[in-house]
Amino acid sequence: MQEPILIGNGQGFWGDSIDAPKKLIEGGPIHYVTLDYLAEVTMSIMQRQKLHDPQRGYATDFVQLMKDTLPSILDKNIKVIANAGGVNPKACREAIFTVARELGLTGLKIGIVEGDDIVEQLPAMMTKGVELNHMETGEPLTSLKDNVLSANVYISSLPIAEALAQGAQVIITGRATDPGLVLAPMIYEFGWKKDEWDKLAAGTIAGHILECGAQATGGNFTRWWEVPDFANIGYPIVEAKSDGTFVVTKHPGTGGMVTKDTVIEQIVYEMGDPENYISPDVKVDFTTIQLEEDGENRVKVFGVKGSPATDSYKVSISYRDGFKASGTLTISGPDAYAKAQKCGEIIWQRLQDAGCTFEDTNTEYLGLSSSHGEINPIPQQVNEVVLRVSARDSNQKNLLRFGKEIAPLVTNGPPGITGFAGGRPKPQEIVAYWPALIDKNLVKTSVTVEEV
Amino acid sequence: MQRILLRQIAHARSGDKGDSSNVGLIAENEAAYEIIRKEVATENVKKHFKGIVKGEVDRYELPNLLCLNFILHDSLGGGGSESLRNDAQGKTHGQALLLMEIEVPDDLPVQPIKIF
Repeated sequence: MQEPILIGNGQGFWGDSIDAPKKLIEGGPIHYVTLDYLAEVTMSIMQRQKLHDPQRGYATDFVQLMKDTLPSILDKNIKVIANAGGVNPKACREAIFTVARELGLTGLKIGIVEGDDIVEQLPAMMTKGVELNHMETGEPLTSLKDNVLSANVYISSLPIAEALAQGAQVIITGRATDPGLVLAPMIYEFGWKKDEWDKLAAGTIAGHILECGAQATGGNFTRWWEVPDFANIGYPIVEAKSDGTFVVTKHPGTGGMVTKDTVIEQIVYEMGDPENYISPDVKVDFTTIQLEEDGENRVKVFGVKGSPATDSYKVSISYRDGFKASGTLTISGPDAYAKAQKCGEIIWQRLQDAGCTFEDTNTEYLGLSSSHGEINPIPQQVNEVVLRVSARDSNQKNLLRFGKEIAPLVTNGPPGITGFAGGRPKPQEIVAYWPALIDKNLVKTSVTVEEV
Repeated sequence: MQRILLRQIAHARSGDKGDSSNVGLIAENEAAYEIIRKEVATENVKKHFKGIVKGEVDRYELPNLLCLNFILHDSLGGGGSESLRNDAQGKTHGQALLLMEIEVPDDLPVQPIKIF
C-alpha cells in the first residue's frame, strides 16, 4: 500500500466536458480516475434503449473515452471506476473489450458490479409486500401503475472495492453513488473495515467534493472574477491517506483554483440536514469537517466524523408522467416588457378559445425575472426580453396544439418580435423521479472480473 | 450602521433536492458569520424569495464552515423534469440570496461591489 493515493474525478455528470478525463489521465500523476455518467433521468433513457436493443443501455461516451485513453491507462497502470454501465454493465464491458482488441491490447481486466437494477424484480417484490413508498410524500408505488421505466438501487462502495481486490483495472457499475466511486479505492487500498465509520465518512466527503467535477476547483464559484484560466480548468484530485485525511488539489499547469472557499462551496452543494448525510456506506456529520490551506491549490480536509449506516438503500425509480413543451420569442424594445406580457396573454387566450387547457402552465421573462423573480425591481425600459411560455399535460395533443400558437405572434401580435427560427416546440415526455427506500437484505450485488 | 448586500460578506452555492432547493451561505470570516447567523433568519429568506419559494424555509448551522444551509421548500415548480421553469434546479438561488440587503455595523469589513 502506498500513501497517499491520488484519485481524480473527470466527469461530474452526463454531458460534462469530454476532454476533462483525458487531461486527468495524461496531465500529471494520478492513480485512480472516477467518472460519473448517471443522473436519474439517464437511467430511464438507458432502460428504453435496452428494450429496443439488448446490447445498449450504457454510457457510450465512456467507450469513446476508453478508445482514446486505454493505451495511457495501461501504460501508467491507472485504474478507472465509472458508473458508465447504466442498466447494462455487461454490454458496456463487451464494448470496451472490443475496443481493446481493435487496439491490440492484452492483459486488461474489467470488473462489473451488478445487482442495482431491480426493475424486473419489482412485480415480485410488490406481491411479497415490499413497500416502495415515495420517500417524501408516502404515496404507494402502485399509484404509478404501468408507468415505471427503471428502478435502481444506490449500492454501497464495497462491491467496487471487491472488484479492485480481484485485480480489475477498469470497473463499470450501474447505479453506484457518486461519492462511492471515490470511497471504494480507499477501502481497497487502505483495508478500511465496513464499520470504520469516521474513515468511511471521510472518504465519502472526499467523494462528495469530487463528484461534480470542476465545481470544487473554481467552477460555479461566487467570486468568479478571481478564477484564473477557466478555459483550461483543472478537475479535482484528492490525495488520500489511510488515516482518513486528504488534500484536495488539481494537476499543475491547469486553470481554476483550489482554495478553502472553492472547496466549501462544493461541500454545501445539494446539502440537506448537515448532521445526517446518509449514504449506503455511512452516515456523515458535515458539521465535523475541518479544512486548512496547505500551499497553493491545496486544501487539507480532516476531522470528519461518521456513524453507522442505515438498514436501507435508496432506490431511484423513474416513471412516465405526461408531456411538456416550451417555446420562446425575443421581443425588442421600445416597451419590450409590456409587449412581452401582452404576447403571453394573447397566447394563453387563443389556446383557451381553442378549447385547449393544461395541467400546468408557466410564463417567464428571460432577461428580467425568470431566475430571481422581483428581488431586484424590473426596469421600466429594457432593450429586449425573451418570453418563454411552457405547458404540461398528460395529453400530448394539447401540447402539439400549444406548439402551433407561438410563431404566429411574429405577424399577428405586437411589433418587433423575432427569434422563432427553431421551429415549433415539440412535446417531450416527462420522466419523473420517485425516490424510495428498500431493506438492504433484499438487494444482492455481484462482482465479476474478466480479462481480454 | 451601514446597509450592504450579502454578497459583500458571503459566498453562496445552490442546488436541488426534489422540489426544494438548498442554498449554502458561507461567511467570509467569523465576524461575518455572526452577522449572518443573526440577520439571515428563515422568515427573511422566505420574504426575499417572494414568488419563488412557495413553501417553508429550513435553516441549519455549520459553524465549522462558517456556513448556514437553507432549504427552500416548494421552490422549483415541481422540480426535476416536471418543472416548467427555466431554472428547474435552483442553480440561480445562491446568487439570488446574495442580493439580500442587510444592516451591519459600520466597522464590519465588507467587500466593495466590483463593477465590470
